Amino acid sequence: MAKHETPLLDELESGPWPSFVSDLKQQAEVRAKNEKGVEFQIPQDCVDDLLGVLELSYKHGRTHWKHGGIVGVFGYGGGVIGRYCDQPKLFPGVEHFHTMRVNQPCGKYYSTEYLRKLTDLWDFRGSGVTNMHGATGDIILLGTTTPQLEEVFWTLTHDFNQDLGGSGSNLRTPADCLGQSRCEYACYDTSALCHFLTNEYQDELHRPAFPYKFKFKFDGCPNCCVASIARSDMSFIGTWKDDIRIDQDAVNKYVENDPAYPANAGAHKGKDWGPFDIEKEVTGLCPTGCMKFENKKLTIDNANCTRCMHCINVMPRALKVGKETGLSILCGAKAPILDGAQMGSLLVPFIEVNPDNDYEEITEVIENVWDWWMEEGKNRERLGELIMRQGFQKLLEVTGIEAMPQHVAYPRTNPYIFWKEDEVTGGWERDVEEYRKHHLR
Amino acid sequence: MSSDLLNDKEAAQKAVVDWLEKKAGSKTKFYIKDFYKIFPDDKPREIKKVVNKMVENEILEFWSSGSTTMYGLKGAGIQHSSEGEE
Repeated sequence: MAKHETPLLDELESGPWPSFVSDLKQQAEVRAKNEKGVEFQIPQDCVDDLLGVLELSYKHGRTHWKHGGIVGVFGYGGGVIGRYCDQPKLFPGVEHFHTMRVNQPCGKYYSTEYLRKLTDLWDFRGSGVTNMHGATGDIILLGTTTPQLEEVFWTLTHDFNQDLGGSGSNLRTPADCLGQSRCEYACYDTSALCHFLTNEYQDELHRPAFPYKFKFKFDGCPNCCVASIARSDMSFIGTWKDDIRIDQDAVNKYVENDPAYPANAGAHKGKDWGPFDIEKEVTGLCPTGCMKFENKKLTIDNANCTRCMHCINVMPRALKVGKETGLSILCGAKAPILDGAQMGSLLVPFIEVNPDNDYEEITEVIENVWDWWMEEGKNRERLGELIMRQGFQKLLEVTGIEAMPQHVAYPRTNPYIFWKEDEVTGGWERDVEEYRKHHLR
Repeated sequence: MSSDLLNDKEAAQKAVVDWLEKKAGSKTKFYIKDFYKIFPDDKPREIKKVVNKMVENEILEFWSSGSTTMYGLKGAGIQHSSEGEE
């Protein structure tokens, strides 16, 4: 028997989709029965009260959670988000119901043993409710009380070798795709770079220093499975400098509809799409029209390839990314709070990924960007908003990167050019006497 | 190179506390950038180190909404008790 009647929430279970309401009810029941005999450290009926407060919010059309708080673990300025209910008498189980963000492993690789330990800990010291994973990528542990925070943190760090993630005005938990651990398209080892930068910037992750949040995300190739281009202030996308590698025999196998060469590696085989047509499905869809298939030979004008990945995705046995690989850095993506949503703008078209020198080329760009944003960014201003306010040209200046054609997204709309003195031959200084010899006052 | 004020740990911490106490009547929580005004000649990263050290020493405390973090004197403004925890 449920503690609170939830007719409005029950509606959310009526559709054909999985429902978080059903999940919460199930968890409330598991806690009520407690067949495992867990010595719950927070109220046993907290999940019932969570459903109750949500039902009340639906009824009132406004939230019953307060805004933020001062809770945290010692020495960390992020990773814990204070959540308090403004109806504690009605719902004592969620009077304080803080969120903890846990730094997910690179590529989200887990062992079942680890997951079991983690959920056992959260059943014991929290509500047992998790979000795998939050939008930033973290493991989200939802709902515990203040005294449990340090206890959970101690167990995570000492027994699980596991750190908290970022929240607030910090570097947020960096997130990456599986990269070279499983994917043949990956142009660099995303996990290695993600892990290195997570360790390198521990201070930025745990001690707030920024005007607002800052996110790194790593995609091994331009397929952008992590969607870093849309979801991070600084996006690292694998790319290549040389030519797409073509196996002409394999191309012809695709064209001949050889069953061992299914289009898209068989990803769409659930439906009969008819015979494979290279013109219709590959060369005709190339966004820059840089490919052609003539006399059983596929040719690509690589200088005009924009790395859309379509041809490689469709014919993975015939086409491969180039051998000279690295990554592109894009800056300024954000969600629509101010000025609307933005995708990242290309800052560095190609940069070497070199673990032997601790990714020096990459960290130099990062730190130049941070120095500028920390100095010039207004409170709660994302990097993308600062780029819009001060101009992309300013970003190039602070990072010491020369403007190049790849930076141009569209033809100029501003007719004014303001030169700097060092950009003009001879500078501003003029010899007035020399001038007056030729020009009377 | 940091300023003399920032290099002198005690003087730097006192400057922060004095500034926060002066503001206490109207505000108790501040953005990191607000502290830049106390050390106009210093780099943000150096200022951040001092302010975060003060949190570690329990002179200051963080307040977080989840998306933004602010700093305040420990015990000033909204506290656990007013959130019904004590």
